[in-house]
Order: sequence, then C-alpha cells, then structure tokens
Amino acid sequence: MLAWTIYISFIGAAVLMLVNPRHRLVVRGLALGTAVAGLLLALLGVLEYQRLAGLATIVDCSWIPALGIKYYLAVDGLSLVLVILTGLAAVTGILFSWNIEERVNEFFALYLALIGGVYGVFLSFDLFLLFVFYEIAIIPKYFLIAIWGSTNRQYGAMKLALYSFVGSAMVLVGLIAAYVVSGARTFDLVELARFNPFPASFQLWAFPLVFFGFAILAGLWPFHTWAPTGHVAAPTAASMLLAGVVMKLGAYGAMRVAMTLFPLGLMKWQPFLAYLAATGIVYGATVALVQRDLKFVIGYSSVSHMGFVLLGLMTLTEVGLTGAILQMFSHGIIAGLLFAVVGRMVYDRTHTRELARLRGMNLGRLMPFTAVAFVIAGAASMGLPGFSGFVAEWQVLVGAWHAFPGLAGLAGLGIIVGAAYTLRAIQQTFFGDQSAGPPEAPHDLAPVTWPEMLGVFILLGATLAVGLYPRVMLDLIVPSLNAPWMQALVGGIKP
Amino acid sequence: MSMALTLLTLLPLLGALAVASLPAGRKELARRLGLGFSLAAMGLAMLLWNQFDAAASFNFVEQYSWIPSWNLKYHVGVDGLGMLMVVLTALVIPFSLVSSWHIEDQPKVYFALVLGLEAGLFGVFTALNFFHWFIFWELSLIPAYFLIKLWGGTLRTPAAMQFFIYTMVGSVAMLLAFQALYLATGTFDFATLARLAKSGQLSQSMAALAQNHGWKNGLGQWMPTLIFGGVFLGLAVKVPLIPFHTWLPAAYAEAPAGTSMILTGVLSKMGVYGFLRLLLPVFPHEMQALLPWLLGLAVLTIVASAGAAMAQKDLKRVVAYSSINHLGYCLLGIFAAAQATDARPLWADEKAAALNGVILQMFNHGISASALFCFVGLIERRAGGRRGLEDFGGLRQIAPVFAGLMGITVFSSLGLPGLNGFIGEFLIFKGAFSLVSWAAVLSVAGLLLTAIFLLTLLQKVFNGPLNERWSGFPDLSLGERVMLAPVIAIIFIVGIYPQCILGAINSSVMQMVSNLAR
Amino acid sequence: MISNYRALLALLAPETILVVTALLVLVADLGLLRGRDPRRRATVAAMLGGLGCFLAMAFLLQPPEPRNLLDGMLVVNPLTQLVKQYLLFITFGTLILAVESRCTCHVGEYFALLILATVGFMFMVSSENLLMIFVSLELASLSLYILTAFARQTLASAEAALKYYLFGGLSAAFMLFGMSLLYGLTGEIHLADIADHTRSLGLDPLLILAMAMIVVGLGFKIAAVPFQLWAPDVYQGAPVPSAALIASGSKVASFFLLAKVAMVGFSGLEGSGGWGQFQAGWVPLLAVLAAFSIILGNLAALAQQSLKRLLAYSAIAHAGYMLTGVVAGGESGLVSLLYYVLTYALTAVGAFGVVDVVEAQAGDDRLSSFAGLSRRAPLMSFCLLVFLLSLAGIPPLAGFFGKFYMFSAAAGAGQHQLGMLWLVILAIAMSAVSLYYYLQVLKQVYVSAPAPAAGRLVIPLPVQVVIACLALSVIILGCFPNLLAGKLLLAFHGGH
Repeated sequence: MLAWTIYISFIGAAVLMLVNPRHRLVVRGLALGTAVAGLLLALLGVLEYQRLAGLATIVDCSWIPALGIKYYLAVDGLSLVLVILTGLAAVTGILFSWNIEERVNEFFALYLALIGGVYGVFLSFDLFLLFVFYEIAIIPKYFLIAIWGSTNRQYGAMKLALYSFVGSAMVLVGLIAAYVVSGARTFDLVELARFNPFPASFQLWAFPLVFFGFAILAGLWPFHTWAPTGHVAAPTAASMLLAGVVMKLGAYGAMRVAMTLFPLGLMKWQPFLAYLAATGIVYGATVALVQRDLKFVIGYSSVSHMGFVLLGLMTLTEVGLTGAILQMFSHGIIAGLLFAVVGRMVYDRTHTRELARLRGMNLGRLMPFTAVAFVIAGAASMGLPGFSGFVAEWQVLVGAWHAFPGLAGLAGLGIIVGAAYTLRAIQQTFFGDQSAGPPEAPHDLAPVTWPEMLGVFILLGATLAVGLYPRVMLDLIVPSLNAPWMQALVGGIKP
Repeated sequence: MSMALTLLTLLPLLGALAVASLPAGRKELARRLGLGFSLAAMGLAMLLWNQFDAAASFNFVEQYSWIPSWNLKYHVGVDGLGMLMVVLTALVIPFSLVSSWHIEDQPKVYFALVLGLEAGLFGVFTALNFFHWFIFWELSLIPAYFLIKLWGGTLRTPAAMQFFIYTMVGSVAMLLAFQALYLATGTFDFATLARLAKSGQLSQSMAALAQNHGWKNGLGQWMPTLIFGGVFLGLAVKVPLIPFHTWLPAAYAEAPAGTSMILTGVLSKMGVYGFLRLLLPVFPHEMQALLPWLLGLAVLTIVASAGAAMAQKDLKRVVAYSSINHLGYCLLGIFAAAQATDARPLWADEKAAALNGVILQMFNHGISASALFCFVGLIERRAGGRRGLEDFGGLRQIAPVFAGLMGITVFSSLGLPGLNGFIGEFLIFKGAFSLVSWAAVLSVAGLLLTAIFLLTLLQKVFNGPLNERWSGFPDLSLGERVMLAPVIAIIFIVGIYPQCILGAINSSVMQMVSNLAR
Repeated sequence: MISNYRALLALLAPETILVVTALLVLVADLGLLRGRDPRRRATVAAMLGGLGCFLAMAFLLQPPEPRNLLDGMLVVNPLTQLVKQYLLFITFGTLILAVESRCTCHVGEYFALLILATVGFMFMVSSENLLMIFVSLELASLSLYILTAFARQTLASAEAALKYYLFGGLSAAFMLFGMSLLYGLTGEIHLADIADHTRSLGLDPLLILAMAMIVVGLGFKIAAVPFQLWAPDVYQGAPVPSAALIASGSKVASFFLLAKVAMVGFSGLEGSGGWGQFQAGWVPLLAVLAAFSIILGNLAALAQQSLKRLLAYSAIAHAGYMLTGVVAGGESGLVSLLYYVLTYALTAVGAFGVVDVVEAQAGDDRLSSFAGLSRRAPLMSFCLLVFLLSLAGIPPLAGFFGKFYMFSAAAGAGQHQLGMLWLVILAIAMSAVSLYYYLQVLKQVYVSAPAPAAGRLVIPLPVQVVIACLALSVIILGCFPNLLAGKLLLAFHGGH
C-alpha cells in the first residue's frame, strides 16, 4: 500500500507532462489530488503499520540478479515518520504554489517527480534502490530552482545540483567498496547490518565517506553552503521541499546507511562529528542573525536546526536519536511554513525580501493573518514549548547531556541566538517602526487566498499536534530504534 | 470541579481566540468581551479560593499520563502559594484591562494578548510538573514581548528585544539544568524531586550521573552546582536579581502602563514562585553551600535598586526600580529560609515566618505595584506622555482624590503599618533577623532608602507650588475611581486583617518548612 | 576444419545479407532512381537497408552452437550474436536518421557505406584471428573515413575526414606492426594460441612493444587519450549520421575487440594496476589510458560551446570509463563493459539525432541554438534530457546502472581487493564534474528563453519515432537492467 505513494507521484508527474498547461486549474487540481492521495496513503500506512510493527516489508523481489540487487521496499517507524512529513510537505507545497502561472504543468510534474524520489528513499531498504531514488531527486530540484526561482537562481540551482552530486558520488564510492568488501553479493540493508561483514580498518574510511556524502545534503557544517543560496534561489514550493524533506534525505541516509552499516567507523568518528554538528548549530544561528535578506535568515536557520538533527544522531542514545528523527519532522514542518510565509505570502506580494525595506512597510497591519502565521511559526522555530521543535530539541539536548555535556551547552547557546534572529526577523518584517516615516508598502496587497490559509493551518496543526502530544510520533520511532538490527545506533558498539 | 484548574487555564485562552477573531472595527465589543473573559476567570478563581482547603497539601489535583516513555505526566494542583498567585493573577489582569481601555490602536489584539498572557500565568502557577510548567513559562513570553513591542514608547523595540533575549538565556540555562536533573532522576515531577532532594538521593544521583558518563572529576564534583546555577539563572533573570536585572527598567518604562502593571504585578512573581517551588525544595544543599553569596546578591538587589531608584528622573523608572527592591525582600526571605537549621528547632518557626512573609509580600507587591503603575499611567496620559519627576508639582491642590489614593498606594508600598505592605515585610525581617542577621541588618538600609525615594516622589509630584502648566489637570473621574476602589479596598483589608491570606498559606508554608533539609 | 560451405554460409548469413543489401542499395539508387528527388532515393535506400538489417537480425535470433572456425577467423557464440543484434539495431536507427539528414546527394553510396561499415563491425565482433581482425578493422575504418568526408559542401567535413584518415592510417600501421611482432614471437595468429605462447614467454620486451602497439591501434579506434585528437573534429565535421555511427557502432565493435584481444590474446599478462601494487602488464597500461581519458575528456568538455564537440569530449571520457571495464576483466568486467557500451551506443545515436534535428533548422550546433528548445520541441527536448542524464549517470537511466555495474566490477577486480579503487574514485569524481556540462546544455534547453523569432520545430515523424524509441529503451534498460545484463550473462556463459 505504502509503495503506492511512490508510484502515484511518478504517475502523476507523467500525466501532468501530457496535460495542456493552459488548463491551469486542471493541472493544479491533478497535482493536489496526487499529493493528497500520497498523504492519505502515508496516513493509512500508519494504521497498517501498527498491525505489523517492526520492519514491515512492502515489496521484496529480485531486481537485478547479476549483482544481487533487490527491489526491496519496507517501512519501519522512522521511515514512516518521514513519509508522513513528505506527504504533508507535498500537499502544502502545492497549496503554496497555487499562483504559479508559467509552465505550470512542468512545474508540478517536476515537483511530483521529486516527491516520488523522496518517498522512494524513505521506503527503500536495499542500498542500491535507496541510492537510485536518492539521485532521482537531484535533477527535478535543479530545474525547479533554475526555471521558477528568484535571486541568483541559476547559480543556486547549479550549486545545489553539484553539491548533491558530489555527495552522492562519495556515497557511490562507499557503496561500491562496501559491496566488494562484504563479498555477500547483496545490498540488503538489514542483512548487511545484521552480519556487519566489514573489517574495522575498512569502516574507518568508508564511514566518513558515506556519512559526509549524505550529510552534505543535510547541511552539515562546513558543507552547508549550498543551503542558504539554494533556499534563497528556489521558488516557494521548492524551498519548502528543500528544507522540508530534501535536507532530511541527507540526514536519513547518513543514519540509515552510514551509521547502520559502519558502526565501528561511527564510534571513531562520533566525537568529531558531534563537534561539527554543534558548531553548525551555533554558526548557522549566528550567521542568520546578521542577514539582510529574510530568506537568507531562514536558510541559515535551517543549517542551525539541521545541526540538532546531526547532534542527536551522534549522541547514539535512544533519546537523542528519537530527538533527531523528531527534529527532522519538526524542522520539515516549521521551515516549510516559514518559507511559505516568506516566499509566497510576503515576497510574492511586496516583491522584496530586504529586511530594511520591509521594515518601512509595517506589514503587521496590512497582513495580519500573515503576521500571525509568521509569529507562530517563528515561535515554533525558536523551540518554544508547545510546538514540535521543542520536543525534538529537548530530546536532542537530553541525549547530548548523556554523550557530550559540553556540546549541550553549546547547543543551548544556539537556541538563544536562534531566539534572537527569529525575533529580529519578526520584528523587522512585520512590526517595523511606524515612526520611521509613512509606510512605503504598496496598498494593493492581494488578500490571502484559501490555499494559503489551508496550507498554514495544516502545517501549524501538525507542529502543534506533535508538540502537545508527541506520543503520536514517539510510539512510531522508539520501538523501531530498538529493533535488533539497529543496535549499532542505540548505545553504539564497543570495538 | 475535577477539571477546574485546566478549565481556569483554558478560559482566558479561549477568550483570547474569541477576541482575536472579532472584526477589526468592533473595538468596543472586543474590549468588553476581553474584560468579560477575564472577569469570568476571576470569578472562577474566587470560587476556587472559596473552596480551597488549606489543610490539604494540594487542592484540585489533576493527573494524567502524557508521554509515558518519558515518565511524563500532566499534573496540576495548587497549594496555598499557587492558589494565592492564581488569585493575584485573576485580580491584576482585569485591573490592567480596565486601565488599558483607552487604547485605540488595535485594541482587540491588545486584549487578546493580555488574555493569552493570563493563560500562561495560570498555567505556570498551577503546574506541578516541570515539562508543562516550562511550556507555560515560555509561552507567557510571547504575548509580553508583543505587548511591549507594539504598544510601547519610543524605545520599545530594543526594550522588547532585550526583555525577550534575557529571559530566553535564562530559560535555556534552566532547561539544560532540568534535563541533567531528568537524566539523573528520570522524573520531572516537582514533588518527587523535592522528596529525592530531602532524602539526599538527588545528590547521589547527580554524582552518579557524572560518574556514569565518565566526566572528569572536576566536572563531576561541580555537577550539582552547575545544575543549580542553571535553574538559578533562569529564575534570577525573571525576578530579577541584580546583576541580572538590566532588561527590566527599559522594559517597564517602555511598556504601556497596563502592561507594566502585569509585568511587575504578576510576571515578576513567576520568578519568585520558581524560587519557592523549585530551588528551595530541590537544591537545599547547594543553596546552603552558596548561601553567603546568595544573601549578598539579595542585599545588593535591595540596596542598589533603592539607590538607583533615587537617581531616576522618570516616574516609571522609579517605580520599576522600587519593584526590584521589593522583590529583593522576597529573595532575602527565601534565602534566609534556606539557612541550615542544624540543631536549633526554634529556627523552623523563623523560617515559617520568613516564608509566610515572602508569600504575603508577593501578593501585596503585586497589588500595590500594579496600582502604582496604573497611577503613573494615569498621570502620563493626563500630561500628554510626560512623566518626568520634575515635570509636576502641587497637583494635590487641583486633584486631591488622585493624590490621596496614590498616596495610599505609595505608603502601602513602603510598608506603612496598617496597610498591606507592612505585614509582609515585617514577617520577612522577623525571620531574617534571627536566621541571617547580617544580611537583614544591611537590608534595613534599603528600607530607609525606599522610604526616602517614595516620599520624594510623592512630594515632587503632589506638593510644592502648582506647576501652572498643569492647572487643567483633571482629578480622577468616576470611572477611574470605580476602577481603583477595589484595589484600595484590598490594600486596607489585607493590611488590617492579614489573616485572610495567612490562613490560606500558613499550612502550605509549614509543610514547606518541614520538607526543607535540616 | 569445415568442409561444408553451406554450413559456413549459414553461419555467415547475416553478414552476407548485409553485403548483398549494400549492393542492392547501390544498384537501386544508381540504376533505377537516378535523377529522382534525393529524399525519395534516401527513403528507398533506407527501406532496403532496414529490410536487410531485419533479415540479418532474424538469422541472429536463434542461439547458435558455439563455433570457432578456421583458427578463430569466425567465432560464433551467443555473446557475439547478441552484440551483432544490437549493432544492427543501431545501424537501423542511423539509417533512419540519415534519410532526414540530407547531407549528400550521393545517396546510394552513402547508405551502402553505412551498411558496409556495419559489416566491418560485425566481423570485428566475431573474429579472434589477427589477420581477420585487421581486415575487418580496415573495412570498417575505410568506410568510416569516406562517410566522414561525405558532406562535401562543408570544409569541416573534408578537414575532419583528412584528419581521421591520417591518424587512422598511422595507427593502423602501428597496429599491423604490433601484430606482426606478435606473430613473429609466437608464430600464431589465433588469439587463444597466442595466449598459450605468451604465457610461457613472460614479459619479453618485444612482447611489451607488440602489446603497446596494438593498444595504440585500438586506442585510436576508441578515441582514448592520447589518441583522441581526431575525435572532436570528426564529431563536429562529419555528417551527423556518420558521427552517430562512429560514436555508437564503431565504439561497440572496437571495445568488444579490445576486450577480446586483451582478455584472450594477452591472458596471463594482466599485471596489476592496484594502488601501490604495480606490476607490468596490460592492466596498468589500460588503466593509465583510462585515467587520462576520463580526466582530459571531462575537463575539455567543460569548455565547449558546440554540442557536437561537447559530445565528442564526453565520448573520450566515456571511452575512459569503458576502459575500466576492460581493466576489470573477467566475467563481470566483460559483461558490464558490454552493457555499458551498448547502452552508450543507444544514447549516442539518440543524442546525435536530436543535434541533427536542431542543427538542420538553427544552422549550427552552438549551445545557444538550443535555448528554449523545450518549448519548440518538447518531445525532442525530453529525449535529449534522457540521453544526457544517462551519459551523466543519473538513475534510473541505463547509463547509471552501467557505471555502477562496471565500477563495482573494477573495484572488485585483481588479486587485491579494492586495488583498482583509485580508478573508480577518479571515474566517479569526474562524472560528478561531467554533470556540470550536461546541465549547462539542459539549462539552455529548459531554462533559457527561446529566441524571439523561433517557432516550433518541424521534425519528420520517423526521426521522432526513432529518437523516442531510443530514449524509451534507455529508460527501460535503466529501470530493468536485467533485460540486457541478464541476457549478456546468459550469453557469456553459453559461449564459454
């Protein structure tokens, strides 16, 4: 059933290519229908999954026997969380792209192709298959940004594409080497993790290769530089997807592949990577504090928040890993919302993202709904309790206390700076000084449309629901982390 | 009444949503609806106060499992302390709303934010589990921030920012500390933590935590102190304690008067409440170890803030510093109660006196300080935004009722016997003199200075020759008199019959004292 | 020995049919259609040629008994038959493209030469005998020289042909010299017999010289660095169908031949090219060629403004990738190499087809001429997207699996595990670079706006069909690589 999330997205993409772009409403309707169907399938998957528990196989058949490659789709709690996130991001992204007029069928086709690839990554338990889906996502990303983007779009798109591709080249080398070394003629993730056929000396270099390869896409400092430029260049929906799910692909891959397969390498590299992650938290936040472009603020905030994910992963504790997964979900939702507000609701109406100019517009009065949405999203992004971000960062911090108490303090500093830049952004965008002179805002700002409202409510609802009742996610995540084949992650293994 | 406290928290929240969803044009309706909700909350609070059973340790307890894997419960309930704070909040909020009736700029947003703030405050004062206590603690920040930012004076932007960031720093420190505590004990429940602390298990667990994770000796040894420091910082910023106070004068001065009333009246009590609920029971050993330093800070807060208040030229800033000063007494009492009792059983009574005084002082200060800000706000509005100490003079001649009522409030604030301020300060000093005499003696200097600057304030504004500029200064209108009457009544009632409050809190205080480590 | 000529003819039926077809095309064109509209002549020629291809293919369908006739002059086994089928398929595609290309008025000769070149390729595939190898190689080469020069109107075509011819002649001389040395050393011309001798000979200096010279000759055919100089000019100057055939059929046949010569003829002289485990032999030699081809091809492609030259440099880089397959050796090395080169051939024909279409209307093949192509010819743009991304190695296209298969074969090759990993890392890293220039092209196609006056392109239906089929097969082979890889494996085991 869940496998249809993948198929339906690709089918939707193919169908959309054939629809005449002049029938915009049809195109949008089709795209939205496909995404909603994907989301519903994902949610149904939760029900189905609760019956099965553990690692539920969806499809498992031979694909390329020459190399022992299987078409192996399965789902565990971690994947399920991210699949739901993808569904949510897909639906809301389409809602916030309702105003795309130019080449609309291509836009949504690429969009759905990207979504299909993302679903695929989260559901693949064969390394090769996972990698295939991982790479499928690269090209639609490039075009979405290069064609429909804004500031410096060609540069941002190319940078993102090349960074992703370099990352996946590293992963590819690692995979091939692992395949050769294991001698098992299989890419089955679970099997490889169980038997762990890799000698320690091999893991020592294969782990960082694969981990960094994936983590580039997760925005790990200092390989994060694609993130701000990419986010800024991208059109709203693509920014939402980039921050919402694509960065999660990286983190997910790093966890699923690198950390699961190479536990010995992981133990060696753990402290170093934890330091990088914590540096990223503080660095991203600090840089966000001095940005002039609103989207850059959020772009760097993504780097900072993804630092929490990576820090959580590196704690190798149940609570820290749970936090990391939850933070992936939470950041996906919150960053999506922030980008939606900034890109669609502010930029598309005022045609500027310069904080200095927005300050003179006093948008808080002109666009109250937008302002409230941004404030709530900002509060969630700061990690105020009651929202999903708090629960997630909370757990990461608890995990960090276990493993690296000093870094917990550093991450705390990151939270504080995070509050500062978010506040600054809120203040300058919506509540600039009225005394600075007459507002220079165009007074014919278009009213908020229903797709935007709906999108805002969906995302806010999701972050609040998880924030107030995290059990919905925890019940999925925690049992999966305790699966026997994941033991290398929780607690690590002693060489 | 099983859901009473949850209902109490939800009521203003609903009110906030209802008010916010009104159309922008219906200003009067928004005000009335907002006030209505706050009055309803007040009614509910009064009902609870009426049913409150002082003998039981916690009233109206609700407890539900929330996140079982973290051993997390939704646990609310009030003892005397919590109940009194709930009542204080319920009283101050409608008072503040009425005094903000004149706001013409987006009144519905203003009223909605105040109601949201009220919900946060109720949540803080009723929570018995750190997790959701912290949720409300943080959530109260957002409305407060916007109240300052959107309706404040000329320097509101930096003031609001400073307020938010300072508090956030404290909160993160506290959060990290509580996480370490959670790792050590596996619980967030205040009562459980206090029990562990009393039996000494907490220190052991903290040491074990350090050991389990192979932290170096130095860090392991300092662990409890670090954790204590984190919680302390979070609370001290909120109160505030000098030197963590620098956000306060700007915030209080820039905020609109109605907001300053809430800030000083209730928000600052969150910090003191935290000291009583968290620090005192959970970290008795650390407090004892650091007691001279803590007392030093309290004395510094009392004396320095009084001195600073004397130097101010702005009425709002004077009142702001006086607020710091008064909360300094509360902390003096709390720290005094943390003094090791050793083998002197009599000291338990002194501690009880000090803590009773502290709680009473919290309530009294909430009432008088918010009233003072209300008066300053009235002056400011009448003078077209001017509120300099030297700008006025002789107002008593033309506004006698104004001068009289404000005089009463000022005297209540400086602790004139017969008014409410006296009995709280008296009890604090009574306890403190026996427990930590040196600090008490030094603090007396603060008392004197307070008297001086508050009297100076009265004199400069109301006495002397009439400043001709203000010859048209209107006296209190009927509406304003009605608004202020209940407050003045409370000042007198509590001053004359403090037992009405002490009766409710005394048994909680006795319990608190008995729970304190020896 | 074979005594029955009918049996021999049965084995040689496909090649015979093609030769006859080529003659028929000439006769029909020169005799019956003289003076007609060139387009119609081309259509007739292509139909005849296509018919011949299909007939030949029909004879290749039934799996033969593995035969090795006349000292390896004719080797027939499932693998060779499979490769020949694909060669015929490629030629068929080229024929269709040539109809619409209108590069010449000497239609009959052009089509006949296309077919004859294919015959040469087919013999290259099925001989393991030095003499026969050289003859078939020359048959193919000479046909290609002329095919290159066919666009007589343009100076570039003549220049390209001359260059191609001169370099080709030189390298053929080297090769012949190498072969004669080899014969002199061993007294054998059958590869398998040569191997028996060379194994006992060891690494004789003369043998090394012979090996190097043969590598020079074949290196020229596959356009590996440093024998690549002709490639960019030929790709750019030759008529597009010729270039397509050079990039596809010629590549397939030459790589099959190279693999055969190296793996069969020099078996035992592999040496080792592992990092820090150098040991003389053909593996390190080819590995170095591969490395240089990959680096130079990709870096030079970055700077190209003409799409054909870009494809030429990318072909050089791909020759380098494919050499890693040869270097890997063994079953997985050969099968992955064949998978790669066959899918690459499909891609190359398709890409040249699109270039031809655009060039015919825009007048040149500069990248800027492709601006906004997606709005002028959506289907062709999509096909070009598929081809280029497959070249870049993006899943789920055939090029990706080919790379993956071949690189994992290379990484696992040799006595030392992961010894050749350095070459794999280099190849993968450079393929990351290659994405940049492929994306530059696609950026023009999809992102840039078309020139204001440019309308929709008019593209003949057969061309559209052929290109779309090629794109479809690239996608299908990428999604279900087993369709080809499984067959190749089966054929490999059937043959040995």
